[in-house]
Amino acid sequence: MAWEFLTVYWREMIRFVRFRTQLFSSLLQPALWMAFFGVAMSSSFNRFTSEIPVPPGTVPVDYLTFMAAGMIAMTTLFTSLFGGMSLLFDKNWGLMREMLASPMPRTHIMIGVSLSGMTKSFIQVAIIMAFGLILGVEFFPGFSPARIAVSILGIFVFVGVFSLGFLLFSSNISMRLESPEGLQGIITLLTMPLFFVSNALYPIQAFPPFLQALSTYNPLTHLVNGIRYFALGSEFFAVGARYSYTTTDILTSFAYLLAFAVVMYILARQAFRRAVVT
Amino acid sequence: MGDDDIIEVKDLEHAFNDVEAVRGISFSVRRGEIFSFLGPNGAGKSTTINILTTLLPIQRGAVQVAGYDLAREPERVRESIGIVFQDEVLDRDLTVWETMEFHGRLYSIPRDERRRRIDGMLAVVELEAKRDVRTKNLSGGMKRRLEIARGLMTRPEVLFLDEPTQGLDPQTRLRMWDYIRQVNAAGTTIFLTTHYMDEADMLSDRISIIDHGRIVITGTPEELKNTLGKDVIYLETGDDAKAREALRGVLEIRSITESPRGLSITISSDGSHCLPGIVERVRDAGIEIMSVNLKKPTMDDVFVHYTGKELRDTGA
Repeated sequence: MAWEFLTVYWREMIRFVRFRTQLFSSLLQPALWMAFFGVAMSSSFNRFTSEIPVPPGTVPVDYLTFMAAGMIAMTTLFTSLFGGMSLLFDKNWGLMREMLASPMPRTHIMIGVSLSGMTKSFIQVAIIMAFGLILGVEFFPGFSPARIAVSILGIFVFVGVFSLGFLLFSSNISMRLESPEGLQGIITLLTMPLFFVSNALYPIQAFPPFLQALSTYNPLTHLVNGIRYFALGSEFFAVGARYSYTTTDILTSFAYLLAFAVVMYILARQAFRRAVVT
Repeated sequence: MGDDDIIEVKDLEHAFNDVEAVRGISFSVRRGEIFSFLGPNGAGKSTTINILTTLLPIQRGAVQVAGYDLAREPERVRESIGIVFQDEVLDRDLTVWETMEFHGRLYSIPRDERRRRIDGMLAVVELEAKRDVRTKNLSGGMKRRLEIARGLMTRPEVLFLDEPTQGLDPQTRLRMWDYIRQVNAAGTTIFLTTHYMDEADMLSDRISIIDHGRIVITGTPEELKNTLGKDVIYLETGDDAKAREALRGVLEIRSITESPRGLSITISSDGSHCLPGIVERVRDAGIEIMSVNLKKPTMDDVFVHYTGKELRDTGA
């Protein structure tokens, strides 16, 4: 087993801690979203949906709590999509040549970068969950401490697999592109549909059939499913819609994310093997 | 491949789309020597070095580095070489020590050995005091030294230096040459590319002049200069006409012309060897000699002769 990817990981984390602006903005951004968008939206949504009767046997969930799961997912998506950026900088500054000319297998570059991106997502997710508690997000309603621990673990596993998929995607694109502007453009193009054609902010039950079908192919939807299952339980009621997750649903979502990550790994590996950087 | 050859290149060609950068070059580098590629920017030096260091895939031709076939065993080649790139390749936000540590880990040098080598190399390039300084705060010469230390910490058999002193001030250049000689004396073969005539001349055991993707000529600096056969001896005598008469029939003399400064005698072989004989002959003829001057061709003369032009030093 070769462990050189840890070297790449080590350097990425040094940079993360050392670039103060990047560090603080990445930590502040999700908190600000929660504080402003979350609180503002939840006050209006709660007003609309408070009239709807809660079906028996389900736990009612307020909007802030509902969208906190979406916020975790969205932050993970953004951070992961931007994860390849450091590769573009390495390429443009010529630093990548040091790694490419070394005996380290090239796949280790993308593995190291992806693992560091995953770590950054974990840190952000932890911050959102902690900050959410302060704002009044009611995750883990009535859960025992043991179940809370398992749930947090479950959330991190989902976030981890999802972020790896998009980090590998981002790394792949970055190896093929010439400039950070190009990656920026692709990220902008992708985030809108990924974010809005998902269940992150509102239930997909009310979507037109076409969008609903589309959203089930969206990895973000599956990540949000996983987070909500672990954070809110298998039966709950939010934004006028009833949510009911079976174990099979959650395993399917997880399998989908895993398959996505594997495909992205294979594609990225090709890009790295063929990469010519001089 | 001879036993003494550490790099062997045969009929190497490389094209970028339609542009042929390298058009069939063959050469070999002997173990332990300093070998230079001298040529203008755009001659194909960097392309060749990029192929030899596995950064560019080999398109046509055969290359062996340190006994390994480049096309078949690029990983082996990577383990055997060190590189100092033409432009700065340093992470601005890592410290000197972290830069070395990162590199050592890329090459899987075990921890204790790695730390020892880092200390040792930083001492050699006199950067011990800077170990916790971020590379962006180093001077140009320090950065270059750090890059050389990094290239050497893996104990490569061949060190590739791509334009090692480009952009350095004259004093730093001289120090850098000293480092390069030290490294070479310690047993590392050095493959150097440069577009500085004096650098190739001062440092190299052998030089290949490369132009338009082809090797024009290869040899030691002396050999290259001697091939021109243009050593000129300037002789100021009491009687130029009689001196000229006395020198008639000397085999090595190609031509003698009279100038206000005296006689200028073009020599067809090594002028420094002919000089004593010529002086003796003129003296024997009873002619007083006021001054003697020997001008050997410079690398510039060699370059102009073989490429038919002055060096196009207009930046990459």
